[in-house]
Amino acid sequence: MSVSKSFRLVACFSALALVLFSIACNGGGSGPGNGSVSLQGAGASFPNPLYQKWMNEYGKLKPGVKLDYQSIGSGGGIKQLKEQTVDFGASDAPMKDEDLKSAPGEILHVPTVLGAVVITYNLEGVSQTLRFSPEVIADIFLGKTRKWNDPKIAADNPGVTLPSTDITVVHRSDSSGTSAVFTDYLSKVSAEWKEKVGAGTSPSWPVGLGGKGNEGVTGQVKNTPNTVGYVELAYAVQNKLPVAQVKNASGNFITPSIDAVTAAASGSLATTPEDLRVSITNATGADAYPISSYTYILVYKAQKDAAKGKALVDFLWWGIHDGEGFAKELQYAPLPADIVKRAEAKINSVTANGTALR
Amino acid sequence: MSAVAQNRKLKFAGNNSTWRRVLSPTGNTGDAIFRVLMLFVALLMVGIVVAMVFALATDSMLSIRQFGFGFLTSQRWDPIKGEFGALPFVYGTIASSLIALLISVPFSLGIAIFLVEQAPHYIARPVAFLVELLAAIPSVVYGLWGIFVLAPVLRQYVEPALAKTLGWLPLFSGSITGIGLLTGGIILAIMVTPIISAVVRDVLAAVPGSQREAALALGATKWEMIRVVLVNGAPGIAGAVILGLGRAIGETMAVTMVIGNRPQISWSLFDPSYTIASAIANEFTEATGDLYLSSLVELGLILFLVTFFVNGVARVLVWNVTRKSGGVGRAA
Repeated sequence: MSVSKSFRLVACFSALALVLFSIACNGGGSGPGNGSVSLQGAGASFPNPLYQKWMNEYGKLKPGVKLDYQSIGSGGGIKQLKEQTVDFGASDAPMKDEDLKSAPGEILHVPTVLGAVVITYNLEGVSQTLRFSPEVIADIFLGKTRKWNDPKIAADNPGVTLPSTDITVVHRSDSSGTSAVFTDYLSKVSAEWKEKVGAGTSPSWPVGLGGKGNEGVTGQVKNTPNTVGYVELAYAVQNKLPVAQVKNASGNFITPSIDAVTAAASGSLATTPEDLRVSITNATGADAYPISSYTYILVYKAQKDAAKGKALVDFLWWGIHDGEGFAKELQYAPLPADIVKRAEAKINSVTANGTALR
Repeated sequence: MSAVAQNRKLKFAGNNSTWRRVLSPTGNTGDAIFRVLMLFVALLMVGIVVAMVFALATDSMLSIRQFGFGFLTSQRWDPIKGEFGALPFVYGTIASSLIALLISVPFSLGIAIFLVEQAPHYIARPVAFLVELLAAIPSVVYGLWGIFVLAPVLRQYVEPALAKTLGWLPLFSGSITGIGLLTGGIILAIMVTPIISAVVRDVLAAVPGSQREAALALGATKWEMIRVVLVNGAPGIAGAVILGLGRAIGETMAVTMVIGNRPQISWSLFDPSYTIASAIANEFTEATGDLYLSSLVELGLILFLVTFFVNGVARVLVWNVTRKSGGVGRAA
């Protein structure tokens, strides 16, 4: 009895020591040998389902490349990339100039897919799809339009009997790329919003309740009558939420869809800068859905390790070509052909020790 | 000494020497290794706490320098404009915890008194088990239940009734959504009740039976006898309440899901509010910018200090009552 107990104790501690020791050893090692490469990525949670799918499919094609993506949020992805603890980062919003300047090397933005933010609502007794003008959305989220039967809302929705109840606004409480895209849009369509609130992942909301994540916002909208909120397109489609049409820059009311999002990207081609860092909210184009955005993978232009760099550019190349085929089934909008061309040029410009990797 | 005990002792000694021979021929080295190992494990825990405080303090230095004491008094939280103030979060944390205590303390006392003084064994055991089971439910489950069950009930029945009868008070005015400070407080109340009632039960059980017998012998009714027991256990009960408070202050997930997450200080219990723990959980992942991150870490530091202080007070109080009642050190 006593012996076996004591030995168990000793065994426990030996195991603990062994674990600690092996962790310490692994930390110092430089990854597995025998020609296989492992790539670490971290960042935005929005494209995470797609990236997981990509890694799964790519792993079947290239068993020697081990890929790992941690969906820790855009902010964390940028931070880790700057600290060079990951091989690639991912962000919904393009990096800011000051972030790029403080990075230890030149960072390239490779767009992967597009997403959109949709307006969802819970209005008892209204079966028609609601339609919103940009100014009306801004006024609701500013707290200036407080009743559902406000004449401004009624003007966009002829034939709909709107209740006289108070509007309850629901927004994201966690900081999120979804909020960034939505507030970027509101800042473009409303001078008052731009001045009072501005655009960012975690704005100071003038009114409303905060829900954590898309599921938190959806939960509160679904369970509270007379609410309005915003969620990702993919999330709204998968959960069959009521989704409003939004008036775009050309004056058409657009139902959010994958095609309407790709149309927004195509409509913004002329204004897309060389480095591909662009906001495509409020895009021109008759069919463009106005609250759309790119999501990016971020990589250093000059790679330190040629083998890793080669594996990374090959993976990115595969992603923006074959990988785009998985986008639609997961409710992401694929890149327009012109943007794929420009992204190719970005990938081709990646070097290691001064020589191109592709 | 009986033969069996003698036998056991011999067997033990025999085994012990085997194990000593295996590990350390000289006999004392094994003990020494063991002592060093245990010391290491114990110091490791202390070290982790110190390291936490150190990390929180150094990482929040930027925000402490930038805002100074104003961080605690400012009501603005605007990451876009780079303005950070903790007051709404501190208010939300304390207010939601106090609501939780106001609701849960009477319930917990009732449960504990019933279990110790009144219930027969065949009822006390299952009831105690079920109450303690409440403590084992993951907080995210409480949060989901809060959104899907509690919030609609509050919105449809409880809050309209409160607004109708007590609406003249600023506490019960404002728009009714079922999401807000009151909902957060009620969720917390349900979560801390098992903790408070379990500790109070132990405290009451530690009050010597002679006290009860003395009270009854002097002609006290059962209620008067319970009052004597309660007075005797008062410091321990206070400790239990403060332990519950500590739990309520640090609770994150369930509160985040029902409190509305709005950094504001409002009189109305129906209005959305925000707690420190929720703010950190919500904003840390996507926080960009050094000052923003540093301010979130400073929120963490404030929360750490508050919890540390509250738990310290609880320890001292519970200690006090158990020592007096003959060292039944179960309560803590």
